[in-house]
Amino acid sequence: MSASRKLADAGRFLISGSGAVYLLLIAIFAVIAVNNASFFEPFTLMGFVKKAAPLLILAIGQYFVIVAGEFDLSVGSLVGAQVVLAALLIDGEGPRTWPVIALMLAGGALVGLVNGLITTLLKVPSIITTLGMMLVLFGAIRLLTGGAPTGALSPEFRIFGRHGIEGVPLFRQLPWALFIVIVVAVAAVYLMRSPFGRTLVAVGDNAKAAGFAGTRVWWVRTAAFVLSGLSATVAGILVGGYAGVTSQVGEGMEFVAITAVVLGGVVLGGGRGSVLAAIAGALAVESLFTLFTQLSIPSTIRPTAQGLIIIAAVAYASRERSRRHTPQLSMKPADPNRHSDVAVP
Amino acid sequence: MRASRLALVGLAAVTLLLSACTSDTPTDSAPPGDTPPQTADGEWFVRADYDQQLAQRSMTPEGDAAKPWLQAIEPEWIDTAKFKKDGGDATLCFSNASISNPWRVTGWITMQQQVEVLKQSGDIGEFRVSDAGDDDNKQISDIQAFVEADDCDSIIISPSTTATLTPAVQAACDSGVPVVVFDRGVQTDCAVTYIHPIGGYAFGADAAEFLVKNLEPGKKVLALRILPGVDVLENRWAAAQEIFKGSGIEVLGNEFTGGDGAKIKDIVSQYLQRGDVDGIWMDAGDGAVAALEAFEDAGKPYPVFSGEDELTFMRKWKETGIKAIAPVYSNFQWRTPILAATMILKGEKVPAEWVLPQAPITDADLDDYLARNADMPSLHYAKFGGEDLPGFPDAWKDR
Repeated sequence: MSASRKLADAGRFLISGSGAVYLLLIAIFAVIAVNNASFFEPFTLMGFVKKAAPLLILAIGQYFVIVAGEFDLSVGSLVGAQVVLAALLIDGEGPRTWPVIALMLAGGALVGLVNGLITTLLKVPSIITTLGMMLVLFGAIRLLTGGAPTGALSPEFRIFGRHGIEGVPLFRQLPWALFIVIVVAVAAVYLMRSPFGRTLVAVGDNAKAAGFAGTRVWWVRTAAFVLSGLSATVAGILVGGYAGVTSQVGEGMEFVAITAVVLGGVVLGGGRGSVLAAIAGALAVESLFTLFTQLSIPSTIRPTAQGLIIIAAVAYASRERSRRHTPQLSMKPADPNRHSDVAVP
Repeated sequence: MRASRLALVGLAAVTLLLSACTSDTPTDSAPPGDTPPQTADGEWFVRADYDQQLAQRSMTPEGDAAKPWLQAIEPEWIDTAKFKKDGGDATLCFSNASISNPWRVTGWITMQQQVEVLKQSGDIGEFRVSDAGDDDNKQISDIQAFVEADDCDSIIISPSTTATLTPAVQAACDSGVPVVVFDRGVQTDCAVTYIHPIGGYAFGADAAEFLVKNLEPGKKVLALRILPGVDVLENRWAAAQEIFKGSGIEVLGNEFTGGDGAKIKDIVSQYLQRGDVDGIWMDAGDGAVAALEAFEDAGKPYPVFSGEDELTFMRKWKETGIKAIAPVYSNFQWRTPILAATMILKGEKVPAEWVLPQAPITDADLDDYLARNADMPSLHYAKFGGEDLPGFPDAWKDR
């Protein structure tokens, strides 16, 4: 393929529905660059990574659930519960860090498992299951702590979200959060290319057909919830490390994560969209927050602006997608709009 | 399918929007025809109240300085003989707005400990509580339930919002039992006493004056605020603006953070990335440590800082030796309503408006307050005023 052809393909992809999120991301970064070029200095950029990492991880977890045709509204509460519990259990003692992290991962997986089993075996719609779980976790933490967090996270716990490899030329610091995000993202892409990932998409696209084809639908969906619970735990470790424990930690993160995934062109209801696009969606949301601060947009109007941009982006993407649904001029041998990390139905 | 998909996304967006701003409509408590708006945020600025609060800061309150929760500034004592009820063993009913933040949790523990003491002494027989969870409607029905039960000897109310709760408080007054209102006010003075610290203007002014005094003209200050539209918080900011105006201090911006540490750290990091920040003004101390960490992580010198008497901040202040002040929204006010209600039921005089002292913690008394609260957890408020209660320190420690 010639270079110009590649360029043209890339261009076509960007203006297509599935590419909308990358276009949005480029647009936001362009405005940031014009407004404040120093944002792209390596040290600053790494600061942005540290801030954005929890949401990126959370969006990856949410992607698994959404692509399988479900929702997970409990992740924000789970992040909050994990951080508050970690502070309570660690109480500033360094040696307790690793056991507590192990406990958090087990707890996150357990919450995911419960969400999954209630949704699949008891046939409770996931929006209700996880909404319930969100309230249960929120209330349990309130009960346990009497309304406000106690204890403190150890410096060792906070390393992951706050520190990194120091003294790297140019960067000054390569945050651990960056490595964690890369590892999780690579694992997620790999997983989506594996048979499990393909089954996950198939289940989201048409659970009945997948079932007839021999897939254990309940198990695949439950596994997606477990992955979401685990990612919420990692996000909790990162966000707790980044800023310590406050009573508001995790609040509202589930909606930002769902927004990010949807912005990435992943279709609510399942069966469509790539994990890379979901990550790009999360990056777009985070950079949008950054841009708002930089433009000194009054805080009060930011949610409105954010909502409008998100609706416009998703409307654009779905308009393109529905047009492509009509069978016409499908002469091309391979559809360049398809992401390579997703199973081709 | 496409329509429903869009609807869902729309729903998500709307939820995002709603989650960011939920508070009731602001209302000015100023009498009509009073002072015109004085600042850009005129809606929240009443010159007469501002002047009064700033003056009250230097007044000597009546009462024992060792018991600030019983002190009163410029009290107008009123007779309560008509509410006198013999025999003690009173039933107190308390409608609480919420315990949704550490400040309220700390105060709520203090209040319960005060109740214990008065139960031991036989003054209080029963203490009934309903928690509205920050929901105006729930609190209105909570108060109604107390009125309808008709066996409360006194109703204590900590209103969740000012305007919406006014009719409910009025209804409680109309039932004939003595009503005590504290913390946030309502737009009726039917309560026997309204208990509160000096107020938001004084808080914001203490913080801003400290920054002006410790920063040269031309230096840059960033304001971090919790959320818009809450009168006690808006008053703090309005007072700060009034003081920064003409001081030569440059206000870089004012950002709403919801008290979320991650958001605070991110915002401060972004400001640092674009230039120096010499001072931080906060309308409440939640997440103050996250703001300081942003300076550490960026490798910048610490700013001059105004936080609150919250312990994580005060400990960080001591540890880093920064130039700082902790304005105080007196947490010990949670003791006063219980004491006031028992005083009223004994027919003792109480101030019609019970203004409690509200002195900031400075470098001079930082060590003193840290020592007094040495056993206390983080997210505890130094001026909680419960050191002499029998439950101290365990009740506050194991919360």
